Amino acid sequence: MEPAIKINNLDVFAGKTQILKNINCEIQKKMITVILGPSGCGKTTLLKCMNRLTDLYPELKVSGEILINEKNILDPGADIYKLRQSMGLLSQRPYPLPMTIYNNIAYALKLRGVTKRRELHKLVMDYLKQAALYDEVRNRLREPASRLSIGQQQRLCLARGLAVNPEIILADEPTSALDPISSRFIDEKFQELKKDYTIVVVTHVLRQARRIADNVIFMYLGEIIEQGPSTEFFENPKQEKTKLYLEGMFN
Amino acid sequence: MLVSMLLVAFLPFLLFSVLYFKSFLLLRNTGLGDLIFSHTWRPSRGEFGFYPFIIGSIWVTLLAILFSTPICLLTAINVTQYAKKRFLRIMHPVIDILAGLPSVVYGVWGILVIVPFISRYLGPWLGIKTMGYSILAGAFVLSIMIIPFILNIIIEIFNTIPMELKEATLSLGSTKWQMVKHVLLRKALPGIIAAVGFGLARAFGETMAVLMVVGNVIKVPSSVFDPGYTLPALIANNYGEVLSIPQYDSALMFAALLLLVVSLFFNLLMHFFIARYNKY
Repeated sequence: MEPAIKINNLDVFAGKTQILKNINCEIQKKMITVILGPSGCGKTTLLKCMNRLTDLYPELKVSGEILINEKNILDPGADIYKLRQSMGLLSQRPYPLPMTIYNNIAYALKLRGVTKRRELHKLVMDYLKQAALYDEVRNRLREPASRLSIGQQQRLCLARGLAVNPEIILADEPTSALDPISSRFIDEKFQELKKDYTIVVVTHVLRQARRIADNVIFMYLGEIIEQGPSTEFFENPKQEKTKLYLEGMFN
Repeated sequence: MLVSMLLVAFLPFLLFSVLYFKSFLLLRNTGLGDLIFSHTWRPSRGEFGFYPFIIGSIWVTLLAILFSTPICLLTAINVTQYAKKRFLRIMHPVIDILAGLPSVVYGVWGILVIVPFISRYLGPWLGIKTMGYSILAGAFVLSIMIIPFILNIIIEIFNTIPMELKEATLSLGSTKWQMVKHVLLRKALPGIIAAVGFGLARAFGETMAVLMVVGNVIKVPSSVFDPGYTLPALIANNYGEVLSIPQYDSALMFAALLLLVVSLFFNLLMHFFIARYNKY
């Protein structure tokens, strides 16, 4: 099957330091790909290249190719708004928009072009249900989103991410700030969502990677050391550095 | 440490009580309503009507805020969201220099530039006869004076908005302007209100620069091209002659008391607004 994302010779420089070195990899459709590696190895930067949030940091110089549907999204002429709407983002800590719970999702829908009130309302409810938040918030939809607990906020952000109707979900250590129950919910949700979405999860937690990954990309100091199907990666690693990492030597 | 802290905490009460006792004489003789709403100001006959000064102060202050707030807001948005980082590094010393200039300098500049501009160009262009020394001139000079203060706070506020919130908004496919308009401005609103409130309090109390260009005519202005008189200017211009006329010192103390109460009122109002909009 055609990969959802194909990355060729990607280099990222911040000034003179090279953050990503000659990255080549493929993200398979409708699977969970985990980008694994110790802190500061460039995982998050790689993720941000995929929806061009790197544009926000003028000091970053990105070169190479990222192909999505055979188009290079690093092209200056690429439609970044459309690109970003084809991906939902879940960050380390939830960042609800400074609006009501309802409007957090409605805003994403409006950006996607939904304008009719009735349709808007129905879709907001749908996405709240998808993120298993509906029962908890249905009586407080007009309250500021910041009053929710962190776990609820992260589910709201998931609902908001899904509301732009993406094909791909990018998640940057989405459970690192959450309690165990909320974390497990997110992990299980990903298993369910991979039927319809391509999911990329950045993490430095081995256990989480083992639990959810179909494919693993292992990074160290800005380079990809090893990549492949999760069973092979964990049971039969080929590279010396991977073996050391799996034995916990880097932590 | 405790003593100095208590001292600072009691300063406002100290100020208030001194001003109150000093102006008590006048308050007892004339009554609060008459003092505030009477138009006649004849100290030699013991008639002290503060209405022209209060109106003058309010006009100058509100116009100044009206001019400077949009400029500050747009500048802050540009500098923090659109311009290159290098530009912010240039802007900072410029703002600091503007903030540090003595107000007399602004006043002189107002006399040399703003006053002639109003009397020779703006007035005639609108078909209004004006000598230039006016409420409008005071408001112009004042708005320029308070820009650095308001701007500095608003820039600071935009800089404290977390990068991740911007990323979250942009990741939904919003344009940069949509992000600024719908998310950043809303997030920054309590801070913006505080900044404007700070500017308001400063503008209301500013003495020298306004005094030099506002005309100092004791009359309720009928348009912004008329000259006016402000409360701080009243105190500064007349403090030298208080001994010759009975109750005059008491009247000026009352003007000071009014200033204190009004700035206190602004302060409370801002706290109210900040609390109201801080819920997000």
